[in-house]
Amino acid sequence: MKSFGYTITKDRQIDYDANDRRLIEYVEGIEPSIRICMECGSCSATCTAGHFTDFSIRRLHTLLQRGETLHLRKEIEKCMLCGKCQLVCPRGVNLRNLILIIHQALDKLHHDL
Amino acid sequence: MTFNLFVLPFILGLIFLVVVLVKKNRQWIRLMSTDDRKKLKGWYRSPKILLALKEIFFESLLHRKMFRRNPLLGYMHMSFAFGWFLLILFGNMESRIYSGLWVNPPYYPIFLKFFIHDKHVLPFEIFTVPGFFRFSMDLLLMFVLSGLVLAIIKRSRSKWFGLTKTTQHHFTDKVAITCLWLIFPMRLLAECMTAGAYGYGGGFITQHVGNVLAFLWPLNDKSIAYGFWWFYSLSLGIFFVTLPYSRYMHIPTEVMLIIYRNFGIKAGKEQSPIHEIEIQSCPKCGVCIDICQMNTAAGINDIQAVYFLQSVRNQQVIDGLVNRCLVCGRCEEVCPVGIHTDNQRISQRNSFVQLQKQDYSYLNHEADPQKAELIYFAGCMSHLTPAIPRAMTKILDAAGVNYLFLDEDRSVCCGRPMMLAGKLKQAEELIERNKKSITGSGAKTLVTSCPICYRVFREEYGLDIRVLHHTQYLLELIKKGKLPLQTYFRKVAYHDPCDLGRGSGILNEPRELVRKIADPVAVRDEAKDAPCCGGSLGLLNADRHERDLITKEALANYLDKDAELLVTACPLCKKTFAKHSPLEVVDVAELVAAAIPKVEKETGELVN
Repeated sequence: MKSFGYTITKDRQIDYDANDRRLIEYVEGIEPSIRICMECGSCSATCTAGHFTDFSIRRLHTLLQRGETLHLRKEIEKCMLCGKCQLVCPRGVNLRNLILIIHQALDKLHHDL
Repeated sequence: MTFNLFVLPFILGLIFLVVVLVKKNRQWIRLMSTDDRKKLKGWYRSPKILLALKEIFFESLLHRKMFRRNPLLGYMHMSFAFGWFLLILFGNMESRIYSGLWVNPPYYPIFLKFFIHDKHVLPFEIFTVPGFFRFSMDLLLMFVLSGLVLAIIKRSRSKWFGLTKTTQHHFTDKVAITCLWLIFPMRLLAECMTAGAYGYGGGFITQHVGNVLAFLWPLNDKSIAYGFWWFYSLSLGIFFVTLPYSRYMHIPTEVMLIIYRNFGIKAGKEQSPIHEIEIQSCPKCGVCIDICQMNTAAGINDIQAVYFLQSVRNQQVIDGLVNRCLVCGRCEEVCPVGIHTDNQRISQRNSFVQLQKQDYSYLNHEADPQKAELIYFAGCMSHLTPAIPRAMTKILDAAGVNYLFLDEDRSVCCGRPMMLAGKLKQAEELIERNKKSITGSGAKTLVTSCPICYRVFREEYGLDIRVLHHTQYLLELIKKGKLPLQTYFRKVAYHDPCDLGRGSGILNEPRELVRKIADPVAVRDEAKDAPCCGGSLGLLNADRHERDLITKEALANYLDKDAELLVTACPLCKKTFAKHSPLEVVDVAELVAAAIPKVEKETGELVN
């Protein structure tokens, strides 16, 4: 067949069955305040670690929702737990505990994830 | 005859108790770090042992701290501890008179009145040696029983004893307390009935009560008295067996704790045998429940130090419980045993939060540190309250200090928040990185605006330069005359931040500083009793609502005064209070900056 330089784009629909919800469900069970996050990004704007790297708590939230565990595991290592994010959060998400619980979840579900 | 079968429960219980105690103590010493063991070397030759004995006498027997808290509560504990101690001491001396031996079987003094019926000593004869002892033994028994009566009253009227909430106890505790409460009434009945049945041989109480009993109840013969001797021995025996598994373990353990403490062995942030000794020393008195703001403000009453320590002791540690604490140090301040409740929490958090590794390699790309005389470290929290670092830089400029603002745009966390979450290793990494930039600058003084940073700089960094909180430094500047100030008389209330006041003992400097500029009003709970603002980074799992309740309760401490301004010395307190306070909340540094004549216009919001 003659090539005109066009290709058919790959299927981009999201496969919800492939989304691993175990991590977010574990975290939500212990720290339900994550549910009220509106992803405004105040946490990322004030983040101490974010001044040095592209670390962003807002992105952590997205990764968590999407079940992207591998990426999440690498990202979360950068947090210094200073707590500024929690103080600026307009919704009152308990962010320091959230980080700790994610760590705990990664630890507990280590073999499964 | 100097033996009877009924002494067996007592003897067996005592042997069991001694074996368990010796075993535990040997285990603790074996598990101690070599450093701690070194401190104990030659303990019997050291004068420290005398100090320890003095403290044991005042605290374990007389319960001096309990007396200070509430006289009735103190008397109750003293009558049990000191009264029982004297009973044992006098009983042993009395028994020597009758046996004529230096060493008696241990049960002999305890059940002396069963074995000896001395016709020749009259109840009120107090000027002969045996008569004196007989009289004293009855008196001491009454002393202990008066404590028992108070203990029973305390069950329903705990407020009279200065306790609003009392501890909920476990099953073994209940068995132990039942036996403990039975010991002395049983002894009284056994002695009375024996004296009544024989018609002689009792003291001034036991003989007369015994006579009345014998008169009212003619059937009362020696066999019924014998039954009570069995009950007495059994309650002692069961108490001894349950003791190591109940809260009464605090009786022998506190003695060891006082000795170790006097030799400089303290509970740090990492687990050690001294942590277990402290946990076993907790008498579950519940003083920590009433003082805890989580209880008084937010109504959370199952996480206080007493319950936390209990869960550790029963090996039922739940992270939810351990993390639910402000780590404000108020319970540590009032604990009559001197348990390091904050470090206990942190060490537990450390032991179960074995987390993923952290990666701070991104902090490596720092340029060479600048050189300066003095380092100013604002701290993460101060970056959320920019008025504080702004005030500080203004003051430092006005005083003409050669300084380096170390974390002006890229701050590295000091490590204490990490430490409070129990991640000691990760905190260590942050500490190392900060230390490098601090020592690299060649500065001789480090000034910080944040009490959280201040505490960790002092306690964990091991810096060989001066570390000052800005309140200390500013006072120094003023005293040296480097800072011209004008006073403005506004009434202010000063709030002591936890990590500065209770945590680091900096109580006078901020007050003196405030007095130089403004007019401080007296507040109800201040200095080491000051409340926590509720923003504490030590509290990991409270929701915003619970925190708000704590903040509002803390604010009430300052609001009903005629203060126009709430002054604090911590950016976190300022930020937390500002959310709810009808008064303006400012840091001491802001007060000082506003009082400098030159910068008066720029900070007009303060001076007006």
